[in-house]
Amino acid sequence: MSATQQELQKTPLHALHLELGARMVPFAGYSMPVQYPAGLMAEHQHTRASAGLFDVSHMGQLRLAGPDAAVAFETLMPVDVVDLAPGKQRYGLLLTDEGTIIDDLMFVNRGGELFVIVNGACKAGDLAHIHERIGSRCAVVPMPERALLALQGPKAVDALRRVVPGVEKLVFMTGAGFQAKGVDLFVTRSGYTGEDGFEISVPALQAEAFARALLAQPEVKPVGLGARNSLRLEAGLCLYGNDIDTTTTPIEAALQWAIQKVRRTGGARAGGFPGAERVLAQLDGREPIARKRVGLVALERVPVREHVELQDVHGQRVGEVTSGLLGPTMDRPIAMGYVPPQLAAAGTRLNAIVRGKPVPMEVAPMPFVPNRYYRG
Amino acid sequence: MTVKYTPEHEWIQLEDHEYAVVGITLHAQDALGDVVFVDLPEVGRTYAKGEQAGVVESVKAAADVYMPIAGEVSEVNEDLRVDPSLANKDPLGAGWFFKILIKDMAEFDALMDEPEYAKFVQANK
Repeated sequence: MSATQQELQKTPLHALHLELGARMVPFAGYSMPVQYPAGLMAEHQHTRASAGLFDVSHMGQLRLAGPDAAVAFETLMPVDVVDLAPGKQRYGLLLTDEGTIIDDLMFVNRGGELFVIVNGACKAGDLAHIHERIGSRCAVVPMPERALLALQGPKAVDALRRVVPGVEKLVFMTGAGFQAKGVDLFVTRSGYTGEDGFEISVPALQAEAFARALLAQPEVKPVGLGARNSLRLEAGLCLYGNDIDTTTTPIEAALQWAIQKVRRTGGARAGGFPGAERVLAQLDGREPIARKRVGLVALERVPVREHVELQDVHGQRVGEVTSGLLGPTMDRPIAMGYVPPQLAAAGTRLNAIVRGKPVPMEVAPMPFVPNRYYRG
Repeated sequence: MTVKYTPEHEWIQLEDHEYAVVGITLHAQDALGDVVFVDLPEVGRTYAKGEQAGVVESVKAAADVYMPIAGEVSEVNEDLRVDPSLANKDPLGAGWFFKILIKDMAEFDALMDEPEYAKFVQANK
């Protein structure tokens, strides 16, 4: 066993993964299930058809508490934190002073505190950043004592309501606390698959029993990180580290929808976040962007993966693929990548250079597979 | 029929005294997961031992397929191109990749036999 393997952390569901026959891989410093015996393809299809259970306990959970928490947190992100109503969830972006992306995250107004979920590989850096910038204005409390499960798919609600009655009342991007057999849960109706579904924060000590209760439901099967990746790409969702990072701004990443009006030029609380000058200049068109994130569909059945070069039809290098695979739902190769804005319109023809050969691709709108969120 | 194995997880089986069939091992297809794409070598072209002769891809990963020994490609499995999942369902049979005209039988003889390959897989787990 190598040193890195010895240092890998285990989630509270580690023993359960092994019992279920998972293939474990290192991910974000944790030993994580990449797939179970059913295999990636079956797990992907099962999630789209029924309900898949994911262990995402490697992700960082934290609380920002105190009367100034929302105002303080808003200084770190180009999003509207202050006006987020209690019980509502929102997507956020931590930015560098250059306006590039440190991490993407989800946060919920729990009334009196913000509950934040960040990427596993970024959590130490995020915590340090948040502490440094706003640690004097609110309590920044990591929650390593809690596991995080995701139950995703059109039948997730049928399965989860049997175990946690009342969750069916949540709608997309809302969250609430629940009690199930004396266990304190915090449940949001959201996820990373494009399907209806839930993310459930559960105390680490009760996580395995809770996961077993979900797996006992006829709709539910375990799903690994492999299918999580193919599901999120079909849903057009960014993977931090691949599609967005500290070299990309929210505008280049086509995430301007995450910047509410109130934080934009002319808004009541315009700017006031790291890199605001640059981000708003790009958003307003005062500063041109050199590249933009787009969806791509291959016109031949050749998978196009990350780091593959993109060329225009004249053979000029114009960009690179940041995520790509054969989309199991569509049975077609799909990808995300960055291209100059003049080549970002849907229908634009490009070539991806795979093993030296051009594979024709077309810029395509995302999501590749329609979202099926429950909005009530 | 004699079957030999490479450290890159290809198998090669003699068809007769001149020709051999090449595919990926049970272990290789299991490690890759659901195979969704294969790229096969050019028929009529001669490849050196160890030269890249194809590609096999699952949703999550891509791997090169190498020429186990030097030889000229005489046939490729067009069925596999159409249904890459044959590499999972029947890796040692219907999921074969290509056939070659062997250049030097000594190269074949030098490859691992079944017990040696089993040991190799175990040691590299």
